[in-house]
Amino acid sequence: MYDKGKILAGIALFLVLVLFPVWYGAAQGGPGRPPDLVVGTDAESCVRDTETMRISHMDLLDEWRNRVVRDGVRRDEVSGREMSLTRTCLDCHADREGFCTKCHDYAGVDPDCWDCHNLPEGAGHER
Amino acid sequence: MSGETSRRVFLQTTGAAVLGIGCGIPLVRALASEIEDEQGTGPRWAMVVDTRKCAETCGKIDGSPPCAAACHRIHNVPTKIEDPKEEVKWIWTEPYEHTFPGRDPKYLSDDLRGQDVLVLCNHCENPPCVRVCPTQATWKRDDGIVMMDMHRCIGCRYCIVGCPYGSRSFNWKDPRPHIEEVDDDFPTRSKGVVEKCNFCSEKARDSADGTWTPECVAVCPEKALIWGDISDPESELRKTLAERFTVLRKPELGTRPRVFYLV
Repeated sequence: MYDKGKILAGIALFLVLVLFPVWYGAAQGGPGRPPDLVVGTDAESCVRDTETMRISHMDLLDEWRNRVVRDGVRRDEVSGREMSLTRTCLDCHADREGFCTKCHDYAGVDPDCWDCHNLPEGAGHER
Repeated sequence: MSGETSRRVFLQTTGAAVLGIGCGIPLVRALASEIEDEQGTGPRWAMVVDTRKCAETCGKIDGSPPCAAACHRIHNVPTKIEDPKEEVKWIWTEPYEHTFPGRDPKYLSDDLRGQDVLVLCNHCENPPCVRVCPTQATWKRDDGIVMMDMHRCIGCRYCIVGCPYGSRSFNWKDPRPHIEEVDDDFPTRSKGVVEKCNFCSEKARDSADGTWTPECVAVCPEKALIWGDISDPESELRKTLAERFTVLRKPELGTRPRVFYLV
């Protein structure tokens, strides 16, 4: 093989560059695994089963939003709870930082719910 | 040959007539349906403002009347914005000649000149804001309320241009630091959305029978505001409309406001 040294060096450089997110994250001491969340409740079940909530709580929130704002329906038929981020979700998951924010930071998403929606009484209003 | 109708002319005339009826009737129906309203069976909310009572009670007062203060408090309206170009308001007062333009202000009676008149979103039967909104963030509910969905508002401000009453405000900056005291029960808004009066429709949440009284109506000590179902002939609102002379703001525009004024 001609230019063996150059090719191997090129491949090595290529791998270093392509794997930048992996080694940079590791070097920064970033989390290698999902964070431990403060669930904030001992309840057996959420408004849907845990797996559904984990995967698609954002879709459920969108659906609730449309039902409440557009259709004027306030109560969730499945769980019987009020379809409210502040009054229902935060009622159990009271520690927003330890539950919502921690995982959103890990997943690199930045939802803007709290630009407008309030924390339940007394919880303060900082983002 | 003259005086007789040829087969050719007869067929042409008949064809044109059929075409005319075929296209004309749906057209007339479509135009007529623009004027129809009060469809459906539920209530249609409306309001009457007694401007004399308003003037006697609150008169020419500095700042907000109590109804406006109460409204702005429960709806987290940022009242601490000082620049009038950036202010946000749901209900406020305007001088009579601004509220009801069209009369020569020079010859307006002395008691009306400069009299503060309460103004708010008219919840028009034919709302131009709804027509121009590109995302349907504002729409007309079955109960007549012109509603806002802040999640959909993209801040284009077409509705502000469309509204002939200036009932809408734009959030030029994050409103939270400019709210007197945040009420946890109602969401604040964010920078870049338009807001306005919602006839307190959020109060339906805690109501057993789906009816409610807006905050401004509830707090008025003189009962200068009458609120009710305009589709119900027995309602106090309809009786007032039947018995007394009311005016609308800029009725010539065809928006058909649902806030009536006793003058």
